[in-house]
Amino acid sequence: MKPSAAPSRSLFWFLAGALFLLAAPSASAHILPGEPASFAAGFKHPWSGWDHIIAMVGVGIWGAQIGRPAIWMLPVTFPLVMAFGGFLGLIHVPVPGGEHNIEYGIAISGLLLGLMVLGDVHPNRLAALLFKNDDPATAARKGKTLGYALAITMVGFFGLCHGYAHGNELPDNESGLYYSIGFVIATGTLHACGITLGLIHRWPAGQIALRLVGAAIACGGLFFLYQDMQPETPEAHAAAAAPTALHSSVGASLATTHPAITSTIASAQSRPMASTTAISLQQSAIRNPDSAPRLSLII
Amino acid sequence: MPRRFLHLLLALLLSLGLPSRADAHLVVTGLGPVYDGAGHWCSSPEDIIPVLALAILAGLRGPVAGRCTLFLLPPAWLIGGLFGLSLPAVPELSRPVLSAIVAVTFLVPGILALSDLPIPAAAVAAVAVLLGLVHGVLDAFGLRAEGLTTTVGVLQFLGMAVATFLFIALIAARVISLRWPWTRIAARVLGSWIAAAGIFLLGWSLNGNG
Repeated sequence: MKPSAAPSRSLFWFLAGALFLLAAPSASAHILPGEPASFAAGFKHPWSGWDHIIAMVGVGIWGAQIGRPAIWMLPVTFPLVMAFGGFLGLIHVPVPGGEHNIEYGIAISGLLLGLMVLGDVHPNRLAALLFKNDDPATAARKGKTLGYALAITMVGFFGLCHGYAHGNELPDNESGLYYSIGFVIATGTLHACGITLGLIHRWPAGQIALRLVGAAIACGGLFFLYQDMQPETPEAHAAAAAPTALHSSVGASLATTHPAITSTIASAQSRPMASTTAISLQQSAIRNPDSAPRLSLII
Repeated sequence: MPRRFLHLLLALLLSLGLPSRADAHLVVTGLGPVYDGAGHWCSSPEDIIPVLALAILAGLRGPVAGRCTLFLLPPAWLIGGLFGLSLPAVPELSRPVLSAIVAVTFLVPGILALSDLPIPAAAVAAVAVLLGLVHGVLDAFGLRAEGLTTTVGVLQFLGMAVATFLFIALIAARVISLRWPWTRIAARVLGSWIAAAGIFLLGWSLNGNG
């Protein structure tokens, strides 16, 4: 077997395995109360918002663009620091300046990561410019150290923001173990999707395609940043919070049978950026009334 | 060839005639406490995942660390279980406290596997022994809470020890045999996921959940 054929074969099996996993339905073996739902809820949570998805995929793509060792250092840093951010959110550590800064951080993460992918930015090469007075080998070495440190710091900071937001939003009465496992697997899967997509960087057309993806990610980040910066007018808040007649009937039945969900919706509506989440929650209830016990997991 | 075929056919016919009645789908009889213990272990993520992280760590550190883990973890698990079964009373541990303990057993081997620090085999062995003792004791508390007798519990722990031995052997050997650099990195990434799950679980337990 030629050494050059092995990575392509491994890539093939990796992609095949990923496709099988995506196609697999859920299996609820060894069912203790709440455990399959907790795993499913944890797995679904990172997919709960496009602001989270674009950032996590962006990290994977950027790592693949930079190449080794960033291709694995960035997707390792993000979930680890994100878990720490979730830890801080779970124990309700106060955020300097208020929790709205977390939303800004999340939006900026999408914007900056998109720009990094769009520009095919290699932080080690940029950092080496700072040492241009040194000999080329020393400049490259110092640039590599500084550049990767900056990239990891940036990705880590964004991971902290995302993690804090997730930790703050987590539902009670779930199995923490299964939720954590599902959550981390989903986060890693998103990164793996980004890395897999980023592997097309080896072809010129792939490089252009990735830049376009980066532009889309940056636009998404800009959109979320714009949304965050909109002032909360009383009319907008009332419009977001006011249910329609159909929503009212669903809400009334939910309040009777699942008071925890009603309180979750109310707390979500009280936060500026969560109004869209509350509306999507109500819409989900209308679409799937039988899945009401799991609605609190969507936020 | 035809003679060999005839012999095979004869052997098959005889073997079909020999077996007695088989009671599959053993809803009533069960497989026995040893297999119950192994099955319980295999279906408990709180037991499997720390051992997975430990096996990855042992594999990354090399064959000596792998052997130490392989031959120390199952006895430690068994000893921890026997200790837990022999206690006069099960201490009252709340769910958040149990979750915090499990979270630490995720974190320590996960971070060590992620970092791939050049720690000696003795350190890996120490982690294996501690992990085995802790999880053995916790599993014993769980079995006692289900009302199982000591004899049944001991047999279950034998099953758990066997399952642990097989799991470590397979995973650690696989990690040791990894040749391509990116595959070692993939193993470390898996360790980081386990550590991340541990951090999350720790926060969850400190929040009063579990």
